[in-house]
Amino acid sequence: MIEIRFHGRGGQGAVKGSDLLAMAAFREGKQVQAFPFFGVERRGAPVTAYTRISDDVIRIHCFIYEPDVLVVLDPGLMSAVPLTDGLKPGGTIVINTTLDKSAFPVTGIPDVKIATVDCSSIALRYGLGTPEAPIVNTTILGAVARATGVVSIDSVADAIRERIPNKPDLNAQAARDAYDRLHG
Amino acid sequence: MKKVLTGNFAAAYAAVAARVQVISAYPITPQTTIVEILSELVARGELAADFIKVESEHSALAACIGAQAAGARTFTATSAQGLALMHELIHWTGRARLPIVLANVNRAMAPGWSIWADATDAVSERDTGWMQIYCEDNQEVFDSILMAYRIGEREGVLLPTLVNLDAFFLSHTSQVVDLYDAERIDAFLPPYRPAVKLDVADPRSFGALTSPDYYYEFSFKIQKAHEAAAQAITETGKEFGTLFGRSYGLTEAYRCEDAEVVLVTYGTIAGTAKVAADRLRNRGVRAGVLKIRYFRPFPAEDVVRILGRVKAAGVVDRAVSYGQAGPFYTETRSVLPGAGPALTGFIAGLGGRDVSVADLESMFLQLREGKPSPLVWIGVKP
Repeated sequence: MIEIRFHGRGGQGAVKGSDLLAMAAFREGKQVQAFPFFGVERRGAPVTAYTRISDDVIRIHCFIYEPDVLVVLDPGLMSAVPLTDGLKPGGTIVINTTLDKSAFPVTGIPDVKIATVDCSSIALRYGLGTPEAPIVNTTILGAVARATGVVSIDSVADAIRERIPNKPDLNAQAARDAYDRLHG
Repeated sequence: MKKVLTGNFAAAYAAVAARVQVISAYPITPQTTIVEILSELVARGELAADFIKVESEHSALAACIGAQAAGARTFTATSAQGLALMHELIHWTGRARLPIVLANVNRAMAPGWSIWADATDAVSERDTGWMQIYCEDNQEVFDSILMAYRIGEREGVLLPTLVNLDAFFLSHTSQVVDLYDAERIDAFLPPYRPAVKLDVADPRSFGALTSPDYYYEFSFKIQKAHEAAAQAITETGKEFGTLFGRSYGLTEAYRCEDAEVVLVTYGTIAGTAKVAADRLRNRGVRAGVLKIRYFRPFPAEDVVRILGRVKAAGVVDRAVSYGQAGPFYTETRSVLPGAGPALTGFIAGLGGRDVSVADLESMFLQLREGKPSPLVWIGVKP
């Protein structure tokens, strides 16, 4: 079972992102689970969302404490909350940022793979959100597909087109763009 | 047909699959999306049901009572304070023997104001004559609602059912759910045809003044109906398995055959407890889980049979009966013989506090220490 934890801020779409990733894996015949933890439901507040992907029935129903993958929609959260606690050795962190991965040193966990991509700029190029609040959830899923291989980019694009009623094709293209640009 | 659905969507689609004729409900987080979907489907003409808009949960259940008494299959949904506001009519529904199905998203009672999981809301309706189911996953939500109509409408039962799903851990969690196909569901759940209903052509009195000469027997018959329901639940759960590939009973025993320690629990905690049991077995601890599906009728026979052969058992409650202990603990204690297993009551997960695999492993291990206690609070902060 692969466990993925999303960290974002209210309004960025972390919850929908976790759901879309599950949908993409379901299209590939996997068992899936996705759920949010809302603190206060307002824009800007830290939001955590979880996705589990497995070949077998998923019985567990608690938060994810030892993720295989962290998906960080707002790089400011890397220092604001103890994000990397519990990340498995050899785990992957996908970060939406303009910075290079060297700006995010992770200590104490061996063999962490960090993937950075400027999802905000990509999302804005496709008209997703506003310059003040770009909606990056669909874009970053392309980077997740590239960095982890847990799902194919085609399944991500199909899940987006199926589940996103507003600008489905632009959202799917933004994900493909992030997939293509990712610098692992 | 399989889909990825939240627990709330699974509940709504079950009501659709059951071909409910009347829905009345009032929005409350985290239940709201259940009735949102249903109202949309009715508005778009995709669900042939009346959706009665009301100003409170009390009125919502009142509307369902009237409709069900008139012979319609009805559905409602609520949570926490909403269920509490229905309380007077929860009693009415049970005593009127109307097989309404209510999806209750288990949410903590306020104050402190909380939208997260806690079973105290439903447990507080224990003595109303309703059957109560607690679901582990979204498939069980879908299946349980279909079975609740079939069982509740059965002659000799005629009881309403509260189908419980944990706030967020099911209500807002997406999982794969098999929705089967409409033909097979229709064959399993034929239209509701009550033997007695409100009918101007066949006038009768309903809920009339009842003297001590009769009230006592009405109550006796509700108890007998619950006893009949226990049989109906077992039979229907087996038939469901034959038709749809998933069997259900009053309880589900997981790896209990050779277990030295068993945790009794319900709802989503049961799923996490199964994972904890698996992990402990890999380390040589023979752990098992007894999931209580039905709190009413209480599965006394299953509990005695399964716990009778273990040395130590614990009950994990996401609810408290203040001044006593966990409600499922006291129920379990009450049916076990004096020489039964050493029994410990754990309180965990109140108000949506996460119950992790590590928490449940520690509870299993505590059972092995041989110091049973009726009330152990897990993870209280100083």
